[in-house]
Formats: sequence, structure tokens, C-alpha cells
Amino acid sequence: MTFNAFLQNLSNGISLGFLFALIAIGYSMVYGVLNLINFAHGDIFMMATFFAYYAIAFFSLPWGIAFFLAIILTAVLGVLVDRFAYRPLRNSPRISCLCSAIGMSFLLENFAIVVFGGRPKAFFRPEVFTKVFTISGVRVHSVSIVTPIIAILALLVLSYIIYRTKVGLAMRAISRDFDTANLMGININKTIAFTFAIGSGLAGIGAILWALRYPQIYPYMGIFPGWRAFAAAIMGGIGSIRGATLGGFLVGVLTIMIVAFLPALAGYKDAFIFIGVIIVLLWKPKGLFGED
Amino acid sequence: MIRKKMKNNNKLNCIVILLIIISIFFVERNFDAYIIRILNLCAIYIILGVSLNLINGFTGQFSLGHAGFMAIGAYTSALLYMSPELKEVNYFITPLIWPLSVIHLPFVFSLIIAGLVSAGVGFLVGAPCLRLKGDYLAIVTFGFAEIIRVVFNNLQSVTNGPIGLKGLPTYTNLWWSWGIAVLTVLVVKNLVNSSYGRALKSIRENESAAEAMGINLFFHKSLAFVVGAFFAGLGGALLASLVMTIDPNTFSFLLTFQLIVIVIVGGLGSITGTIISATIIAVLMELLRAVEAPMNIFGLHIPGIPGMRMLIFSILLMSVVLFFKKGLMGNKEWSWEGLFKKLFPRQREIKEGD
Repeated sequence: MTFNAFLQNLSNGISLGFLFALIAIGYSMVYGVLNLINFAHGDIFMMATFFAYYAIAFFSLPWGIAFFLAIILTAVLGVLVDRFAYRPLRNSPRISCLCSAIGMSFLLENFAIVVFGGRPKAFFRPEVFTKVFTISGVRVHSVSIVTPIIAILALLVLSYIIYRTKVGLAMRAISRDFDTANLMGININKTIAFTFAIGSGLAGIGAILWALRYPQIYPYMGIFPGWRAFAAAIMGGIGSIRGATLGGFLVGVLTIMIVAFLPALAGYKDAFIFIGVIIVLLWKPKGLFGED
Repeated sequence: MIRKKMKNNNKLNCIVILLIIISIFFVERNFDAYIIRILNLCAIYIILGVSLNLINGFTGQFSLGHAGFMAIGAYTSALLYMSPELKEVNYFITPLIWPLSVIHLPFVFSLIIAGLVSAGVGFLVGAPCLRLKGDYLAIVTFGFAEIIRVVFNNLQSVTNGPIGLKGLPTYTNLWWSWGIAVLTVLVVKNLVNSSYGRALKSIRENESAAEAMGINLFFHKSLAFVVGAFFAGLGGALLASLVMTIDPNTFSFLLTFQLIVIVIVGGLGSITGTIISATIIAVLMELLRAVEAPMNIFGLHIPGIPGMRMLIFSILLMSVVLFFKKGLMGNKEWSWEGLFKKLFPRQREIKEGD
């Protein structure tokens, strides 16, 4: 294996890792404030690509506006999911919330099958994103360059919101202690809705970058990226933004590297990811960056 | 007094089992294959639902790995009871490895071995993972089911990979399915009502307190896991022999989800609730097939919409979760005493007056 091939795979892995990080952060943030695994996150991710698809195909909007609109709509969808599936269960046992989350995931998938149809659709790719650059023998897709840039920008904005604004302070307070935060006069429902909006918006960004990379969209497309991102969030320590980013990175690079360097084991890559998660959890029960 | 009650209950339970036997005789003679198939499915759902309820409802360990245990049971039994000729036909790409390719056991033994293998795997998975609590356990068991599915998809020389196994002989009939369903209910009911069961429930209510009272957490959690996995294996084996075709993707998360729906709708920690909801859901899933067929309403032709069935199913589930938070039965059990209390309220009063 030459050094060039290694670099080639590394660049692929890094951009995939950033995608997983964007999705994983959504899982992590919701877990942080609600202590709930949002199983519907992967399907919110899927809906984002359909929003963008229909904005372009039906309303023939320019792609920039269509993508922006899709991200906004995804954020709204996240808030709606919280409003109807999770808010009524705020004071119920955790197990009913988990079931509601699983139910919501299946509801979105089946809704997409009934409304959008089960057949895969070709996602529109603007020319900017299909160019291929060759840098000293390494072929780099322009999506692979755009993805890290957008992801890093999104992460910077996110950390600004979380660490420098009042809403971010409220979010951190809720994740530290739900009841005390409530007593201190923080509007719990508004803050949680905001968390869902941000998490889903990031998933929307990730989804559109994903669809530009793999331009085929279908109702079940959210399942696998969702699960891998979920694994990433856990590996990094669910509830921690840093952890989710690192976990996403690890999962992305690992998947690409396993397929590239051990082709005989390519079929087992999901098994490797979950074995990795289980090992990390047995070693550090709260994940790499988890708080006790 | 209590002993007398127990004796009465046992008599009544025997009568119910006798009634089940008589009705199976009747149904087998008089009904068509479709209805018998649905009844078989009901029984299999009861087996799987009750065994999942033991782990999730009574012990409070949220496991998402049931489909994995079912897959192990289904494949183990199928590999044992398939005839060598049938195996040769199925494994046309990669031949089956040696000892498995010549083994040919009767259904009973393959069923028992399937359950035992599944229980063994349940212990191997459970032992390290039960250190984790709550959501983390859910994640790890979910990951386990995924690993099983991925490995079965890739281990061609044993499982035939994604092609799956086709043309399995149908051994599952009403006797097998309902017989094992009754067995499952009896075993789980007796387990739950024993001192072990009280320990399990105390773990569900408060783990630290249970440990402080001297309950061995590891032993009891593993016990629930192993018994649950055993019956999941049996259920998987029966299901495989009923549907005749299995491939690793049959045992996806969707299946675990359906089982969780059954447990939630019936009520976490209620065996009778699970039995009722398993029956309702098995029948409902069949009835809802009508929704996907083309319809004519007042001269309006509505073409069948694929996926509508599952959409309605998920909406129903969401409404149960949101509006009946405790499920049909909560954690109560239906009992003979409860029935008598309802039927003869006055008699009860007189007894209390004595």
C-alpha cells in the first residue's frame, strides 16, 4: 500500500468523519438535556434530503436557497418531533420516552414511504460539488473539501452558542441538573425545543452534504448513517460535544480504513464499529469524554 | 385458606389448558391454513413477548437484542433439522462446513438445542454487559443484535449469507407453538412469583437498594437474561419453521421493535397484558393488510398505497405510548380472584364479614 493511497483514504475518511460528527452531535445534545436517545434522529436526517430534493425538483428553487430552506425545515421538524412525541412524556418513566422515540422513528420512515414513495431518487448535485481535484496524485472530490469547511464552521457556531450565549448557558444548566434549572426560572420547554432545533439543523447540514456525496435518497437512508453516528456519539461519551466530534471522526476514518486496507473484512465493518463501542463502554462506562 | 385458593386456581388453570387443547383439535380440523397461520403467529408472539417482558418489564433491564437471540435460535434449529440433501441444495455458492453438513436431528432436539445455544449466547453477552445500566445496556444489546446480523450476513459457510435458507420443512403447528407458549407463560409466571422474581422486581425498582439488601445483582440479571434468551431462541426456531424462509435481515431491528410494541401495549411487567397485546397485534397486522389493497369507496377508486399498513401501525403505537402510558394492563395481572371479585361482589363481602 503506497503512501498516496493512504492519503487518499485518509482524506475520504476525514470528510466522512466530519459528516458523522455533525449527525452525532444531534444525538449528544438531546441526550445531554433530556437523557433520551433520540432514535428518530436518523430519520430527521433522511427527511432533510427529501426537503432539499422537493425544493429543487418541485419548486425549482436555486440550490443554495433550497439547501438553506431544507436546513430550516429540518430544524422545525426537530422541534415538532419534540413537541408531539417527547414533551407529553417529560415526567414519565424513561422507558416510555424510549418507546416513543422508536415509534417516532418508524412513523417518519413509513410516512416517507407513503408520501415520497419507496423508490430511490437521484439527488441533484450542483456542478461545484462534482469537480475532482488532483493534488500530487491524490484525487480529492470537491465535496470532500467543502464538508470539513462547513462542518468546522458549524462546530464553531455551535460552541459559540453553547459557551457564549444565554440559551447555551440554559442548555448546559439543564443538562447538569434538570430540576434545579427549572427552579432557577429557566424556561425548560423553550430551551429543549431550541436544542432540538440546533441538533436537527446540524443533522440537516450533514444530510445535504451526505446526499451530495452519495446522491441517492430513499426513506430508509437514515438508518445506517444514524446508527453509525449514534455509535460515534456513544464512543465519545454521549452528552459531550467534544466527544461526539471525536467519535464521529474515529468512526468515519475507521470505516474507510477497514474497507480500504482489509477488504476481506469489509462486510464486517458495522460489527467492528459496534465491537469498538462495546469495548470503549466496558473500559469507560460513560464513553471517552463522558462526565460522571 | 391461601393453599385452598391455590388449589382452586390450579384446577381452573388446568381447565383452561384443557380448553386450549380441545380448541386446537377443533381449529385444526375445521379452519383453513390462513387462520391457522395467524394463530401460530399469535402463539409465537406470545412466546417472544413474554420472554422480552421478563427482561424489560420485570427486571427493568432495557434490552434491544431480542432479534439477535431469535436469529441464533432460528439458524441453530434450521441447521440441525434440515436434511443433508436440502442443505446441499441451499448452499450452492459456498458449501456448508463439515459437521453441520451431515447432522440431521428430529425437530424436538433441534428446538431444545436452539434454545440452549441462544441461552448460552445470552449469558456470554449478558455477563459483561449487565455492568452497564439503563440506556447504555440498551445500546450494547442493540449493538449485539446488529453484530449478529452482520456476522450472519458474512459467514457464508455456516449461514449461507444474505441468500438465507429456503424451503425449510414446516414442523411448526398449533401443538408446537401453543404448547411452547403455554410452557413459556408457566415458566415465566412461576419464576416471577418465586423469590427469584421478587429479587428481579426489586432490581427494577431500585438497584442500589436491592444490592444493599443482599441480592446478587449479577446472578439475578443474568438469570433473567438467560431465561429470556432461551425462549427467544425457541420462538425464533418456531418462526423459522413457520415462515419456511429465513435470512439474516429477517431478524432486523424492526422485529425487536414489534416485540417491544407488544410489551409496551400490554404493559411492562404484566404477563396477561402481553398475551392480550400479542394476540391483538398479530391479528391487527393481518387485518391492516386490507388498507394496502386497492379500494372502491362510493365509486371512488383508491389505489393501494404501499407502506400504509406500517404507517397506521406506527400511529397506533404512538397513540398508545402517549395516551395510555401504562399499556393495557399496567403492571397488574389478570387473575381468577379478580374475576370472581367482579362476578360475585356480594359473596366476597360476606366472606370478609366472617
